[in-house]
Amino acid sequence: MKKLGMRHDALAGLAAALLASACVSTVAMSEPFGFGTTPTDQEIAAINIDVMPDGRGYPPGSGSVAQGEKVYADKCAACHGADMTESVKGSGADTLIGGRGSIGTEKTKKTVESYWPYASTLFDYVKRAMPFNEPGSLTNDEVYAVSAYILNKAKIIDANATMNAETMSKVEMPNKDGFIPDPRPDIHNYR
Amino acid sequence: MTKEENSGLHYPDISNLDLPDNVRDQFDAMREAEQRSLLARKAELEACECREGMFPNVVASRRSFFAGAAAAAAAGTLPVIARAAAPPGAKEFDVPADPTKVQGRLTNDDGGYGSRSQFEKEVRWRFPTATKESSWTMTPLENSQGIITPSGLHFERHHGGIPTISPESHTLIVHGMCEKPKKYTIADLKRFPSVSRMHFIECSGNGLTEYRAPYLKTVQGTHGLTSTSEWTGVPLSTILAEVGVQPGAAWILAEGADAAVMTRSVPIDKAWSDALLAYGQNGEAIRPEQGYPLRLLLPGFEGNTHIKWLRRLEISDKPFMTREETSKYTDVVKDGKARQFTFTMEAKSVITFPSGEMKLPGPGFYEITGLAWSGRGCVKDAEVTTDGGKTWHYASLQTPILPICHTRFRFPWYWDGKPALIASRCSDETGYVQPTIAELNAVRGVNGHPKFASIYHLNGIMAWEVAADGTVTNGAHKV
Ligand code: HEC
Repeated sequence: MKKLGMRHDALAGLAAALLASACVSTVAMSEPFGFGTTPTDQEIAAINIDVMPDGRGYPPGSGSVAQGEKVYADKCAACHGADMTESVKGSGADTLIGGRGSIGTEKTKKTVESYWPYASTLFDYVKRAMPFNEPGSLTNDEVYAVSAYILNKAKIIDANATMNAETMSKVEMPNKDGFIPDPRPDIHNYR
Repeated sequence: MTKEENSGLHYPDISNLDLPDNVRDQFDAMREAEQRSLLARKAELEACECREGMFPNVVASRRSFFAGAAAAAAAGTLPVIARAAAPPGAKEFDVPADPTKVQGRLTNDDGGYGSRSQFEKEVRWRFPTATKESSWTMTPLENSQGIITPSGLHFERHHGGIPTISPESHTLIVHGMCEKPKKYTIADLKRFPSVSRMHFIECSGNGLTEYRAPYLKTVQGTHGLTSTSEWTGVPLSTILAEVGVQPGAAWILAEGADAAVMTRSVPIDKAWSDALLAYGQNGEAIRPEQGYPLRLLLPGFEGNTHIKWLRRLEISDKPFMTREETSKYTDVVKDGKARQFTFTMEAKSVITFPSGEMKLPGPGFYEITGLAWSGRGCVKDAEVTTDGGKTWHYASLQTPILPICHTRFRFPWYWDGKPALIASRCSDETGYVQPTIAELNAVRGVNGHPKFASIYHLNGIMAWEVAADGTVTNGAHKV
């Protein structure tokens, strides 16, 4: 539009007018509306809590298995069970460990230990949604610690381990190769 | 005798089925919930003369309850609050003997927002999960009309309750692999060009109780996790163009502002095609249970991905592998591997009338009707059988037939009074024909395979048995 306004060829007037009207929608679509504001880095950081399998997103901090044992006893055991192998009936909580190798058998038991392909999911989920009665209340150190404790009880890391951004991203989960992409449609009665 | 046996509400014995414990618990819980609602309905029907009818009118018993309550109140035994007991969403008013002889209620005396009739009592019922925060409710499809689900009957699934969020303070932040991160208020979003589209949302767990054998009794129980609304909002593609997506971007994390801070990874192709940032539902603001003030709508994708109370979109090159796309909503199939990112809800249909727990009053004409839908586009046709699948007949599709939307089908039927097995199946615009449950199980692995379950994404054919006395019961797996 601006360019059209700068044309001086009078003979092109009609064509320019036609072109201008044709351009209106193009301009509207290609130029930003510009609504909204630019969030500050702090505003983004305050809610940018996700953690990815390759380690992106882990916050600073650390926690040991021993520290995690205490966090777990205080803040998780009431629902997930003292020894983690059986969640407390009526709490709605999932069982966190056990069932390794059971996936796809008659005794399929899905737990963090047996089913979860990435340790990042454990950190991410506990930080955002647990403890259920007080979601989002744990410090980063507490999340590292309780993740360490769960991974240790799941026989995935050592009892003397301390977890941080670097060690968490190196954890290999037992069922890391257990997932396949969606092959559907898996029935082919086409007409 | 238990209350259940007493009422004649017998459920199949599933103790011999090989079911994982958690799945068995779900079956049990679903049965309890349905039973509770059926027992309540039955109790009301006891006093009703028209209980033989196919749409039993239970108002008589409710009236007598209120008459009783009024008498008790008069006798000073009850405070006069019985009126509050109108069905949810309704208000109780006196019924005049002749409405032509007295003036009706005052105009706008409802404060300017109407409610449904006090005689209508369809409600969602809740799956009795351990907590009421992480739970779900089912849409009563049996008396559904047309294709729209009333907003107040739209099924729900929450993982951390229903948050109360002021639209004044709520914002959506879009960031990650983009040139210009943005923060939008709801008012900002409403300035963009908007679109309205009718789409169903179906939970991928819809029908999970039926994959091994017929189990629940009503279509609300077997199919109530699907609902259709008209959704209004900004195409997500508009917002992506605004922020300038960087090369290499492939996934977007969508995150909610509820206590579960629900998150799912969305393929960027879907985001560019038909995804919608919805603030409107059925002509008004989206309901709190559906994500007020803002919900991500991903037409045709499993319900969990339609993130409610949307607060953040992060553009990335990889999926985020959140709990709901690893631990949950994945299907273990027969080689022991789990299918992941099984987004699309495939073609499916169900007869809503006549359906479980109804009773046809006698031989004669009935209009069989139901819903068909597909996450891959328009429903192409719906067929009905009344002889257990020996012959199929095209049903008429009621217009409009919209892509990724419930489509109503109707089929005229003269019932001869003999036992009948009725079912529907549909196909969609890709040519895909709705399979039987047995076909799905054969591919995904239940019968003849290790006994574990792919309990999500079941779109098999549903059948209903009509007995000679007109009673309608669950006939799943029989067609
Ligand atoms: C008040 C009960 C309660 C407490 C306390 C609690 N949880 Fe949970 N937890 C739950 C419930 C309920 C769920 C399932 C939520 C849902 O339905 O989405 C859950 C789910 C989980 C899951 C996901 C399991 C899966 O298989 O998907 C993990 C991991 C978890 N909790 C870890 C923890 C940790 C760590 C703590 C302590 C810091 C904790 N929880 C405290 C109730 C609780």
